Amino acid sequence: MARTLFDKIWDAHVVDRMEDGTCVLYIDRHLVHEVTSPQAFEGLRTAGRKVRRVENTIAVVDHNVPTDADRLKGINEPESKLQIETLEHNVAEFGVPYFPISDARQGIVHVIGPEQGISLPGMTIVCGDSHTSTHGALGALAFGIGTSEVEHVLATQTLLQKPAKNMLVRVDGTLPQGCTGKDIVLAVIGKIGTAGGTGHVIEFAGEAIRALDMAGRLTVCNMSIEAGARAGLIAPDEVTFAYIKGRPLAPQGADFDKAVAYWKTLPSDEGAVYDKVVVLDAAQITPQVTWGTNPEAVMPITGTVPNPADEPDEAKRAQMARMLSYMALEPGQKLAGTKVDVVFIGSCTNSRIEDLRAAAHVARGRHVADGVRALVVPGSGLVKKQAEDEGIAQILIEAGFEWREAGCSMCLGMNPDKLTPGQRCASTSNRNFEGRQGPGGRTHLLSPAMAAAAAVTGVLTDVRELV
Amino acid sequence: MDKFTRLTAIAAPLNVANVDTDKIIPARFLKTIKRTGLGKSLFADMRYNEDGTEKPDFVLNQEKYRKAEILVAGDNFGCGSSREHAPWALLDFGIRCVIAPSFADIFFNNSFKNGILPIVLPPEQVAKLMDDAALGTNARLTVDLACQMVVRPNGEEIPFDVDPFRKYCLLNGLDDIGLTLAHESAIATYEAKIPAWQPKLR
Repeated sequence: MARTLFDKIWDAHVVDRMEDGTCVLYIDRHLVHEVTSPQAFEGLRTAGRKVRRVENTIAVVDHNVPTDADRLKGINEPESKLQIETLEHNVAEFGVPYFPISDARQGIVHVIGPEQGISLPGMTIVCGDSHTSTHGALGALAFGIGTSEVEHVLATQTLLQKPAKNMLVRVDGTLPQGCTGKDIVLAVIGKIGTAGGTGHVIEFAGEAIRALDMAGRLTVCNMSIEAGARAGLIAPDEVTFAYIKGRPLAPQGADFDKAVAYWKTLPSDEGAVYDKVVVLDAAQITPQVTWGTNPEAVMPITGTVPNPADEPDEAKRAQMARMLSYMALEPGQKLAGTKVDVVFIGSCTNSRIEDLRAAAHVARGRHVADGVRALVVPGSGLVKKQAEDEGIAQILIEAGFEWREAGCSMCLGMNPDKLTPGQRCASTSNRNFEGRQGPGGRTHLLSPAMAAAAAVTGVLTDVRELV
Repeated sequence: MDKFTRLTAIAAPLNVANVDTDKIIPARFLKTIKRTGLGKSLFADMRYNEDGTEKPDFVLNQEKYRKAEILVAGDNFGCGSSREHAPWALLDFGIRCVIAPSFADIFFNNSFKNGILPIVLPPEQVAKLMDDAALGTNARLTVDLACQMVVRPNGEEIPFDVDPFRKYCLLNGLDDIGLTLAHESAIATYEAKIPAWQPKLR
């Protein structure tokens, strides 16, 4: 029977199948960070269990870490400090490989996995973080889990799971100039909604997806969770293999060739059946910006804020009114021209070298507008170094951007980088929920080029007018 | 994990769609290394003013819902992050069951691991329960997991679906790890077949 990419990875990892269809699913890579692991290690300790496969496990600090240059002198915030120290104690006790903040390889867990060659096609990859879906861009089945499951994987290297349904999102045609993977995925979420993928694994396919570089694909899969999907997937191809080749923890030499031979068997078979199919025309996509407090409240930068009075459904009308009130936007207002206070370029969605290049391309020869604070937070120490070597950091610094150390930063309000109540932020991150970037903060999600355009103009701006 | 068998309790109505995990427990409260003590931060931004005083309109601040053990909620409850702090906070407050037309996958899964029963019902049935919940202490709902039935205050019984394996674990308060370790030899057999080209991280 013709199988999808998801079916093939799933089948290859079933260790055992119970009568009701629940499977014991083997996990190839377990990524661990400081926020969702302390209780899991504590559980192991209490039960007298070990980490079953330290060779499948890697730990890093990202959520809590400050991103200022002085962070190596020590972390001031006592709770963050305790959480980081707890991870360091746990990895030492259980023998788990670990990248501390003093290591150039430290960074956002979903940036360093692909960067180091830890995440590979055909693998099952989990992490106590919903944006684990990112790694699906390499053709791996990657999904977020809770802390109980983190403990379960540490103890057994497996999870108890039932297969998800298959969904195909095909993006045909060519993406217009000024648009990126971020605009594709925001447009997809706008179309199918924040629960459009619930219970499904989304496979992204089509000409516009194939044409994306690996950074763009990682962005697309990163936000599949914002459409409610369990995971996002893109079939591995020559772009994938070229990206992986030579990465430190990827197979080397003859092993790489063996791996590629296997990876080439993974793409969905001709005639494979999907439970749901959605098709988009890339040519119709324009630079996207969110206007509300969930990622499906999105529209082209050329759009105007919707009027709740036009919404027939009462519950949706109330929700829309609530969103506009929180976001301090008026019905009918043009999105372009809305003043911003902060610009954040970073997060597991958009902090790779390609993202920083796109921002620098817009910022070159321009300057951050008066009254705007603009932060650039590279996704890893190695991305930071590469950007410095390429001269990108210098362009951004000269343009008035803050150039910071690697971490999750202002994506989630868990470290010193936060919005203050009422501040409006153009952000390359993934969630525009109320209070996500700090209590009372207002988030507009957009691409790195669009964020840079907002930084230099001081308002939400159609980047196509600047490049 | 505590068993879940039969619960008769006050239900709190939270008729909002897309209640995300940042609403259930904002990220600034995740800096804990414990599972307990999060109940006071449950729904923090909806529940408290900036000075820490309670917002009187929020459902769980109303006297009649302070001891609620069931939450009746809107579509796509628990969307967003994978933080298990969300069910931990609900449990610490005292919530053992959430009823909604739909849930986000990870939250749904995390709930079962903590002895919380998430129940999916059609929107029209949830609407009835939302009305019942609005009666506060005058109306209690009964949730019977063994019979897979929600019983309204008027005696009407509403059946619900639940995955048989998850039901078994919840009824018996079983932790998955012990059950999975029964498959130890199958895991070891699988591991012996992992191709040699697959790199080890240590």
